[in-house]
Amino acid sequence: MAAPPNAIEERLESTTSSAAPVVRFENVSMGFEDKTVLDEISFHLPRGETKAVFGVAGSGKSTILKLALGLLKPDAGSIYVLGNDITQMREEELFELRRKVGIVFQESALFDSLSVRENVAFRLMEEGNISDEEIERRVREVLSFVELEHTLDKFPAELSGGMRRRVAIARAIITEPEILLYDSPTAGLDPVTSTTIVELIVKQRDVYKTSSLMVTHRLQDAFVMASHYFDRQTNRMRRLPPGARGEVPMSFLILRDGKVIFDGDAQDLAHSKDEYIREYIS
Amino acid sequence: MAAGDLLSNIELISPSQFAKEKIQAVQDYALLSARAVANLFRRPLYVADMIQQADLIGVGSLSIVLLTGFFTGAALALNSANTLQRFGSLTLIAQLVSVSMVRELGPVLTALMVAGRNASGMASEIGSMIVTEQIDAMRALGTDPVKKLVTPRVIATVFMLFFLTILADLLGLFGGAVLSTLSFGIDWHQYWSSGWQILVYQDVFTGLVKPVLFGFIISTVGCYYGMSAHGGTQGVGRATTQAVVASSLLVVVVDTVVTRLLMTVFGTR
Ligand SMILES: Nc1ncnc2c1ncn2[C@@H]1O[C@H](COP(=O)(O)OP(=O)(O)O)[C@@H](O)[C@H]1O
Ligand SMILES: [Mg+2]
Repeated sequence: MAAPPNAIEERLESTTSSAAPVVRFENVSMGFEDKTVLDEISFHLPRGETKAVFGVAGSGKSTILKLALGLLKPDAGSIYVLGNDITQMREEELFELRRKVGIVFQESALFDSLSVRENVAFRLMEEGNISDEEIERRVREVLSFVELEHTLDKFPAELSGGMRRRVAIARAIITEPEILLYDSPTAGLDPVTSTTIVELIVKQRDVYKTSSLMVTHRLQDAFVMASHYFDRQTNRMRRLPPGARGEVPMSFLILRDGKVIFDGDAQDLAHSKDEYIREYIS
Repeated sequence: MAAGDLLSNIELISPSQFAKEKIQAVQDYALLSARAVANLFRRPLYVADMIQQADLIGVGSLSIVLLTGFFTGAALALNSANTLQRFGSLTLIAQLVSVSMVRELGPVLTALMVAGRNASGMASEIGSMIVTEQIDAMRALGTDPVKKLVTPRVIATVFMLFFLTILADLLGLFGGAVLSTLSFGIDWHQYWSSGWQILVYQDVFTGLVKPVLFGFIISTVGCYYGMSAHGGTQGVGRATTQAVVASSLLVVVVDTVVTRLLMTVFGTR
C-alpha cells in the first residue's frame, strides 16, 4: 500500500478555498513586426496550481511568460498578476512585484561573469540590506534544495546543462516567490536529468504550494507531473494511487496559431475530441 | 513567375519606413543616454562595477594609448620639421607638436583607440547578455540593467578617457622631443619650455573637454548597440562592428563641431 499522500489532502482544501487567481490574462494580443503571435488569449492561473503551457516552437509560449513578468508589454489586453494590472505599471513599480515572481529561462540565463554563489545571491545582494551571513545561509539552503551545494564557487560555464537549469531554479526561488515561471525547464536534457527537474517542480508545487506556469514542448513531462505527488517522507516524487488522477493541482493550456485551443485538467485533456490535441497525447 | 517570387521575397523598405526606423533609433539612443545620466542620482550606485570597468578601460588601454601618443608625437615632429625647415623656423617644432597634440590629436586618437577597444567590448558583452536573456533575467530579478551595466560604463569611460588623453598628450610631446633632439639637434630643455609656454588656457580647456564628450559618446554608443542586439550570435557580431564604426565616426564629427564651437566661445586666435 502506498503511504497516505498527505500533500494531496492539504492541497485539495487550499485550492478549493482559494479565490482570486494569481495570474490572469484577458484578451491579450501580442505581435512582433506585423506577425501576430498571441491573438486575444485569455486564461487564468488559480493560486497553488501548476499550469503546463504547451505549443509547438514559435507558438508564443516564452512570450506569455515574459508578458506575465512585464518584461514585454502586450499590444492589447490586460494582464493581472497578484491582483495588479501590470500593463499599467512602470518598470520601477514592476521591480517590487517581481520579487514575488521567479522565472527560470529556457537557456537558464545565468550571469556568466558571476559564480554560482553570486548568481543565486543576486537578488538578495541587490536588495542591499541583508547581512552577508544571512545571504550565505540562504544561498546554501536553496542550493541544497536543488542538490548542488558543492558548486558554490564554480562558474556557469563549468556546469552541465542540467546543473545550470537547477542553479537557475535556485536563483528563482531564493526569495520564496508566490509564482514561478519555468520556460522549457527540461528542454535539451537527457531523460534522467529531466526527471530530476520535473521532481523539483513537483516538490515546489506540493511542498511550497507555489503557483506556476510551466512552458514545455514535451507533453509527457506535464503528464508525469499530473500523475505524481511529492512525498515528503522519502523526499521523492511518487506516483498517485490509481484512480487518483486530477488530485494534484495540475492543469494544461495548449496554444495553436495564437489561440488557446485547450485549457483544463488531465482528464479533460484525455477526453478531448480535438484532432490536433489527440495527435499529441496519443 | 520566378522573378515575381524573387521580388516578393526581398523585403522592400520604403524611404519613409527607413527614415522612421532611423529616427526611432536616434530616439532610443537619446533615451538610453538620458537614463544612464539620470541614474547617477539614484541609489544604488554600483561603485564596484564602476571600478571594475575603469580598470578594464584604463589599465587595458594604457599601453596602446601610450604607444599611439608617442609615435603620433614623433611623426608629427618629423612632418613638421620637414615643412618648418623650408621656412628656416625649425625652433617652432615644439610649439607645433604641443598645440596639435593637446588640442586635437591627443583627444581624438585616444578616443579612437578606446572606441576600437571598448565600444566594441561593451557592445559585444551587453549584446551577448541580451541574446542569452541575461538582461531579461536581470530585470526579472528586480535590477535595472541601465543602472547596473550602462551607467558604470559611462562614468568609467569618461573618467578614464580624461586621464588617458592627458597621458597621450604627454607621450606625444615626449615622442616629439626624442625625435627633435635626436634628428634635428634641438635642445631638450628648450623644446620642453617652448612647448609648454605656447599652451594657453583655451588649448588646455579644449583638449580636456573633448575626452569628456568622447568618453560619453563611446560608452553610450557601445552600450546602445549592445542593448539593441538581436538575432543570436550573428547579431552580436553585427552590433559590435556597428558600435565601433558609429562611435568613431561620431567622435570625429563631434570633434569638428566642438573645436569650432569653442573657437567661437573663446574668439579665434
Ligand atoms: N523580441 C522578439 N522580436 C521579434 N520576434 C520575436 C521576439 N520574441 C519572440 N518573437 C517571435 O515570436 C514568436 C513566438 O516566440 P516565442 O514566444 O519565443 O515562442 P516559443 O517559446 O513558443 O517557442 C516566434 O515566431 C518568434 O520569432
Ligand atoms: Mg520559447
